[in-house]
Amino acid sequence: MLKYTDEHEWLRLEGDVATVGITDHAAEQLGDLVFVELPKVGATLTKGAAAAVVESVKAASDVYAPVDGEVTEVNEDAVANPESVGTDPQGAGWLYRVRLSDPSQLDGLMDEAAYRAFVG
Amino acid sequence: MTADPASGLTLLQTPLHALHQEVGARMVPFAGYLMPLHYPLGLLKEHLHTRKAAGLFDVSHMGQIAVRARSGDLADAARALETVLPIDVLGLKPGRQRYGFFTTQGGGILDDLMLANLSDHYLLVVNAANKAADLAHLLDAIGTDCTVEPIDRALIALQGPGAEAALARHLPVAAEMRFMDARPVTFAGEEGVQEGVAVRSGYTGEDGFEIALPAESALALARALLADPEVKPIGLGARDSLRLEAGLCLHGSDIDRETSPVEAGLSWAIPKVRRRGGDRAGGFPGAERILAELAEGPAHLRVGLRPEGRTPVRAGAALYQAAEAAEAAGRVTSGGFGPSLDGPIAMGVLPSALAVPGRQVFAEVRGQRLPCAVVPLPFRPAGFKRS
Repeated sequence: MLKYTDEHEWLRLEGDVATVGITDHAAEQLGDLVFVELPKVGATLTKGAAAAVVESVKAASDVYAPVDGEVTEVNEDAVANPESVGTDPQGAGWLYRVRLSDPSQLDGLMDEAAYRAFVG
Repeated sequence: MTADPASGLTLLQTPLHALHQEVGARMVPFAGYLMPLHYPLGLLKEHLHTRKAAGLFDVSHMGQIAVRARSGDLADAARALETVLPIDVLGLKPGRQRYGFFTTQGGGILDDLMLANLSDHYLLVVNAANKAADLAHLLDAIGTDCTVEPIDRALIALQGPGAEAALARHLPVAAEMRFMDARPVTFAGEEGVQEGVAVRSGYTGEDGFEIALPAESALALARALLADPEVKPIGLGARDSLRLEAGLCLHGSDIDRETSPVEAGLSWAIPKVRRRGGDRAGGFPGAERILAELAEGPAHLRVGLRPEGRTPVRAGAALYQAAEAAEAAGRVTSGGFGPSLDGPIAMGVLPSALAVPGRQVFAEVRGQRLPCAVVPLPFRPAGFKRS
């Protein structure tokens, strides 16, 4: 199940663990990325709070946690190659995996069609 | 004109606006203008292209001001300009350009600028955000002895090691110019041959030119230059990363009305003749503070900073003498990522005792104190054509 937030993150749910990244629309807006900072494995995330940071040459942008939960894995390749988050944000450029503490939070998120309509 | 959704103000367009749209620029509001932030190539590749070939910049938003002596004697205009600039205007030869700055009564920097001697007048190129204030300042300070007129024309910059070859195909005089030379040029647009000025300088740390022409001929020259595969259009984003690597100040960030030129590391622009003991010492706003700092040393200094990790350190970050220090010692004034250095770079202001290359300081980013080395500026050597 693929979900999107109005802060331009995506989540792919497998069991009770979601893989999270930024959308291709967000990546296009940010431009070339040169630095990625991810949460620590085991960190507790709060929906709406900054969970990661992606930086272009010009600016730093927070990536907000789309749900509450615990970080189970982070994409070290994205840290080593920040450009991959810009060029393949919904594939090799995923950011981290989170075990959801409240799966009902997914109900408030958009599906693919709703997100495409949202970004116009 | 376009409305700025953020401010509701009307944004101006430069004479190259249609060209930006044709080549797919992402346009953003900047200093009252709609300006190209980047093109489809993207900031990183635009930056690197300028360092290895040639980049074309639209800098028409900058202010161009002509200053003439009412007496008709250019030396009278030079003497008047020396009352607002702490530089050697009288000694600037025809066909030459020099860097300078308007100082405030408190010894800060009202704006920084380029000044060219064009034989019958001086041409000043000033920052877009300050051009109205600069014009008012000049009219007030030297309007009795001089005419002070804004010039409504485009300004394009061609920067990079390939700039001379690319420009000389259209303006042969380019090949004869040295760094900081200024020459009259002509170029034909749709409305026939128009007159302008070329200078060999820029804001990237590369060899290059800035060419001031009326709208029609500037557009024609920009199109002719872009027909060369070596020349790519470059946006304001890469302009900022290029000038940061070159250790060049941005007014409003690294220098402002409070920072003195001595604190900013710009003392080199103030010659002996305007310092204590010189034939034309002082006589400009803020001379008391500036001349004292030149003689005794400033309390603070602008420095280059190389963060030791990969995390960019940006403008506004507090600087600390030690990882556990309670009080901030200084702050970052410009910072980001240097594409040609493949790492984060920044400039900041520190107490003079800490502003020593090789010294370690700490920048606070998202609650963490990150070690940074104080380094000499520029971050990379300039490619100017000095001879």
